[in-house]
This record gives sequence, structure tokens and C-alpha cells, in this order.
Amino acid sequence: MLAALLVMALGAVVLGAALGFAAVKFRVEGDPLTEKIDAILPQTQCGQCGYPGCKPYAAAMAKGEADINQCPPGGDEGIRKLADLLGREYKPLSAEHGVEKPKALAVIDEQRCIGCTLCIQACPVDAIVGAAKQMHTVIAAQCTGCELCVPVCPVDCIDMVPVAENITTWKWKYPVVAIKPVTTQ
Amino acid sequence: MQLFDFNGGVTPEYHKEASTQSPIAVSPAPSRNGLKNFLVIPLHQSIGGTPRPLVSAGDRVLKGQRIGAADGDMSSAVHASTSGQVVAVEMRRMPHPSGLSALCVVIEADGRDEWIARQPFDYHQHTAAETRDYLRDAGVVGLGGAVFPTHLKISPGKGGKLDTLIINGAECEPFITCDDLLMRERAEAIIQGVVILRDLLAAGRALIGIEDNKPQALAAMTAAVQAGGHQDMAVVAVPTRYPAGGAKQLIRVLTGIEVPHGKRSTDYGVQCFNVGTAYAIHEAINLGQPLISRIVTVAGNVAAPRNYAALIGTPLHTLLANSQPLPDTDRLIMGGPMMGITLPGDEVPVVKATNCILVGSPRLFPPPPPEMPCIRCGECAKACPADLQPFELYWFSRAKIFGKAQEYHLFDCIECGCCAYVCPSHIPLVDYYRFAKSEIWANESEKAAADQAREQYEFRQLREAREAQEKAARLAARTAAGRAAATNALAMAPVTAPAATSAAASAVTSAATPVTEPAQTPSPQAALIAAALERARAQQVQPANTTNLTPEQQAEIAAIEARRAQIRTQAHPHLPPDD
Repeated sequence: MLAALLVMALGAVVLGAALGFAAVKFRVEGDPLTEKIDAILPQTQCGQCGYPGCKPYAAAMAKGEADINQCPPGGDEGIRKLADLLGREYKPLSAEHGVEKPKALAVIDEQRCIGCTLCIQACPVDAIVGAAKQMHTVIAAQCTGCELCVPVCPVDCIDMVPVAENITTWKWKYPVVAIKPVTTQ
Repeated sequence: MQLFDFNGGVTPEYHKEASTQSPIAVSPAPSRNGLKNFLVIPLHQSIGGTPRPLVSAGDRVLKGQRIGAADGDMSSAVHASTSGQVVAVEMRRMPHPSGLSALCVVIEADGRDEWIARQPFDYHQHTAAETRDYLRDAGVVGLGGAVFPTHLKISPGKGGKLDTLIINGAECEPFITCDDLLMRERAEAIIQGVVILRDLLAAGRALIGIEDNKPQALAAMTAAVQAGGHQDMAVVAVPTRYPAGGAKQLIRVLTGIEVPHGKRSTDYGVQCFNVGTAYAIHEAINLGQPLISRIVTVAGNVAAPRNYAALIGTPLHTLLANSQPLPDTDRLIMGGPMMGITLPGDEVPVVKATNCILVGSPRLFPPPPPEMPCIRCGECAKACPADLQPFELYWFSRAKIFGKAQEYHLFDCIECGCCAYVCPSHIPLVDYYRFAKSEIWANESEKAAADQAREQYEFRQLREAREAQEKAARLAARTAAGRAAATNALAMAPVTAPAATSAAASAVTSAATPVTEPAQTPSPQAALIAAALERARAQQVQPANTTNLTPEQQAEIAAIEARRAQIRTQAHPHLPPDD
């Protein structure tokens, strides 16, 4: 009886120590689920979801506070990926958060820019360069098309220009079998 | 010499005889009548970045003058193909399946065909890096069809030397005969190019692989090698089977080396160049002529199939006029029937990748029978020269499961078309692979952009937090300093008021005038305000560029001020002349 108790107690101590060691040694920093969700989000940092950036929205989704259909730039495909990852039901993009638009880039009209730096402060990814009373310009390669610079401009000199397809971004189309009407005799 | 074999492949009808009956013709230099005197030279002709235009509308250019500078090392320069005047640098339709436009330099030829000063480049006197830069600036790219910049391929293997240099003269695709004719007529020049490549790569031996359906090219090349007395070169006849001219397939046939997935042939001491590229290297190095023309086969539904030495930028209708397309022509294909792409029209120019213009008609290429479901017969896997499983790739591409398609090595597919050729269900398999590849590329570039945006965003967050912290620290330090100064002043003011040394104290004393009114002691708030005023005064720095001006500069400033005042009065007559 006593031997059995001792064996069980020893077993509990050993396993407890092993678990305690593992908890310290293999500790996971951060929330891996948030990271995974963040990897799906388009990183426009536009805030249309109601959160101040993609990461906070990802964190809210991981906690179950936010729905998966609040990201217009991610579009339908993004919602499907999120539904897959989180095991939730697919639902169409929520209308109150916006509509899916083709990717566009901000372009500053240099004639109208007064150099107020408001757009520079609004840009979440530092894609606008300029200085006070100097003309500003957008680094096209870094612009995510979030439109945050558009409302802050006091002279309305920023336009969102849709990105046109060019030779290098052109994609082969899905091979479609053309169905032709058969003329009966 | 022992030859090896590659798996799969097909033997289609070759149709090569028609265009090999007559020698290479010089495509008529753009004449001065009608619309035919324009050359449209696209800037983006090779893999890599788009070259920057070096000319603008109105400039006069000479034949061989550089008009587009390589954008970084992963790019290749572009040159004017004839002398004349630049009419425009604008978007023009490209020989591309999309029919989209890209930036082109349009040159109106003056008919004089005046060269720039041409100087041979002695690569023995230059370092390997200088030679590579020279070839990049001479616009030499692979002329087999992939237009990969040649200078990027000229680096010896891991051991500093290459075992085998392979020169690809196989030319396996039906209808195309440009390399055949080049080897027949300019074998010696090609061999001189091979010598340069061999020297640059420190290659142990050079093997020139030619399919055995080109006996005249084989004879000409063998004669040229013997005439040159090159012991380390051999011309090898390889069995005729499509796609023996694929780089990996030819390497396999000649050396038995199978380059595995994800490796380069140079890891195994082998590098492969096309015969046309060797010829272009000879012209660039020995003659000082950049790549401005190439041999183009015009074949198919034409009255006179033939090969032409065409200037880069020649519009296709000019080139085709010599061969007279038949009236039932319904399409133009760049390349051959297996791998070629359908062109959007006949106004697009000849580019460095144009090895063949295949004129199609419903009689020559009848519309394919309707696509039937895959019956899993496995014929495509037997025919695949890259040892892939085309049916798996097809299912995954069709179902848009791109990750799985990549697991089955979609990107090892060379798009040779053997699988579609043998498919009993007539499935356009290559179209599915091209679709899947471009989707994967687009996804990857989107992912890269998102990662960059995330990094930028996180950096901005970090910077804003740091700036806020620094600002708070500065403010705290300033307040503390101000408080200290104020207490100092309070303590000292009654005793040594006139001789106060600290700036804050003197400001306080002068403002409060304690000598005349000793009863009034300055409050701590007043001292703080005075200290802040003093700091603001100290921070007002005179701009340095308005001192020590020369009389000319002063005169210039005065002139500008006068002009400004004038403009101001003109623009706003109701305002005072200067505010």
C-alpha cells in the first residue's frame, strides 16, 4: 500500500517537473494564431475594419471579438482563407466596412500640393516623402492604397489611381472552353 | 563519343525544308516610303528590369547607339538598330500574348545606316567583371528564346572553371530554321564566339550539339572547328527528337548529367549557350557591334518561307511582306507551333526573342478538337521530358490548388507542349500550367508587398513610440532645468541682483528691477517664463546662407525680389506691395 503510494507520488513529482521544465523551455512568444491571421490580411493598414491596423484586427479575430468579414482590401478570397484558418462559416463582406475595390495607388498632383505634411503624418507605411512647404510625392512601390491620405489633404490634391495591368503583371487567363452553338440541319 | 538519352519527347512533323531552300536574306532596311521607315524598339526585351531610355523625341541616333541603359545588373541594354531620328518614346503594342503596350523608342530611319565608332573589345586585357559589364551594355542576351541576359551566365562554376561548355544548335522545334541557316552560313563566326565563351568560362571542352536532321549545318560547323584547329571542341550530332534543344535535355544527352530540381547546371560544371548567342558574342567582342539584329525564320502559310537577318524593331508587316503571307492567314505566332505565342497583330516589332514568325491559317493549324475529360491514361507522363507528372499538375492547376501544383514541381515544367501533343483528350495542358504559374507569381509578389508593408508599418509604430518617448524625456528635462534655474534665481535675487550671472536670473532681475523696487520679489512663474523666453531667443539661429554674399548674389536676390514684388502687384493689386 505504502509502496504504491510512494510510486505514484514519485511519478507525479517527476512528471510535474518535466512539465514545468517544458513550459519554460518551449515557451511560445506571442500569439501564433494572431501571426497566422496577420499573414492572411493584406497589410494595407487602412483601418476600414474598425481597428487601427491589420495586426490589432488579427488580434481581435484571434480572441473571437471581431468577425472575419470586415476587411475590404482582402476581399472575398481573404474571407475564405480566414474562414478556412479559423474554422468559421464563410460570410460575404460586411457592407458597413466598405466594398472590395481594384488595387489603386495614391498619386499627388504636384501642381496643387502645398506641402502641409498632413498626408505624410497620415500614411501608415511611410510611403510619402516631402517636407514642410516642399512638394510631396508618393513612393509607388510602398503605397498600399489605403486611402488614409485622401481625406486629410486640405487642397484635395491626392487621387487614387487604379493600378493598370502591364506586361510584367499580366496573367494568363484560366483556359476556358468556348461553347459554340451547333447549327442543326 | 557516348551519347545519353532523355525520357519522353515526341517526334512531330518538322516542316523545316521549305525555309532552308534559300540563304539568309537581309530584311530590307526600312525604306523611306510610306509607313515602312519606322523602327519600334521596345526597351524591355530581356528578363530583368526595364532599361531606362537614354534618348528622347527629336534626338538623332546612330546605328548601334545605346538607347536604353540596363537597369541594375539583372537587365540588358538596348540599342538603335539603324541611324535616324527618334520620333517618340512612347507606349506601343508588344509582341506578347496579352497585346498590352510597353515603352518603346520609335526611330525614323534616315536610310544612311550610319554606324557608331566600332571598336573590338580585348577581353584578355580586362577583368571578368569588366567583360560582363561590356556584354551587358552591348545588349547580348540568350537568343534561343528565353532572352536571359548572357552576362549573368558568364561566371565559372564553383571550382573557378567549367568542365563542359555546351553550345546549343539542336533547334528542335518544327518550322524554325534560324539557327540551322546561321550555322550553315556563319559557322566560323559562331566558332569565334565559342572561343570567347570558352576563354571567359575557363571551360575544359566545348561540345556543339546539333540535331542530326541538319547535315549541312553539322558539316559547316565541323569544318569550321577543324579549320580553327580547336582540339578541345567537338561537333556532336544528337538524335532528332523534340525537345532535344531544351537546355536540360541537351545537357543530359551530351554529358549524361541530369540537373536536379532547384540546382543550376554550373553546379555540375556545365553551362549551355545557344549558337545565336555565340554569334552575338563574337559580333559584340570581336567587331564591337551590339546586338541590333537577329535571324528570323518566316514560315508557315507564306508563299516564300525564308530566313531573314532582321533589325530589332522591324515591324512584322515589313518583314512579312517579303515572304507574302497567303490570303487565308488568320494568325501570327512568335516561335514554333509547340511553344510559340499568338501575337496580337502584325504591327508589333521584331524583338530579341523573335526566332520565328509562324504564319498560321485554318488549313495549316485546324482548330483543335473539343477538349474531353482526362481519362488518366498517363500518356503525358510518358512524353514529359522533364520527368514530371503532367496529369497531376493539370488537376491541381485546374482546381486552382496551387500549393500542390508547386509540390509536384510545376516550375520545372519547360512548357514544351509534349504532354498536350500526345493527350488523347486534346486538353490544352500547357495553358493550364501557364495560368497556374502566373497566378503563383502574382500571389508571391502580392505576399512580398504585404510583408514589406507590414515591416514599414511596424517600423513606423516603433519610430512613433520612440519619438514620443524622446519628446517626453526632453520636456521633462527642460521643465526640471527651468525649475532649477527659477529656484536659483529666487535664492540669489535678493543678495546679488545686479551681478546675477545666470541668464535666467538676469532676465528675471531686469524684468523685476529689484534695485529700484527691492520689496518686490519675482515669483517662480515669472522666472520660468523668463527662462523659456531666453531659450527661445537662443534657438533663433540666423540662416547661414544669407551671410557673406558676393555682390552678384546680392544683385540676383534683389532682381528676384523685384520680380516677386511685380508679380504680387499684378496678381493682387489690392494687397500692399510687400507683406
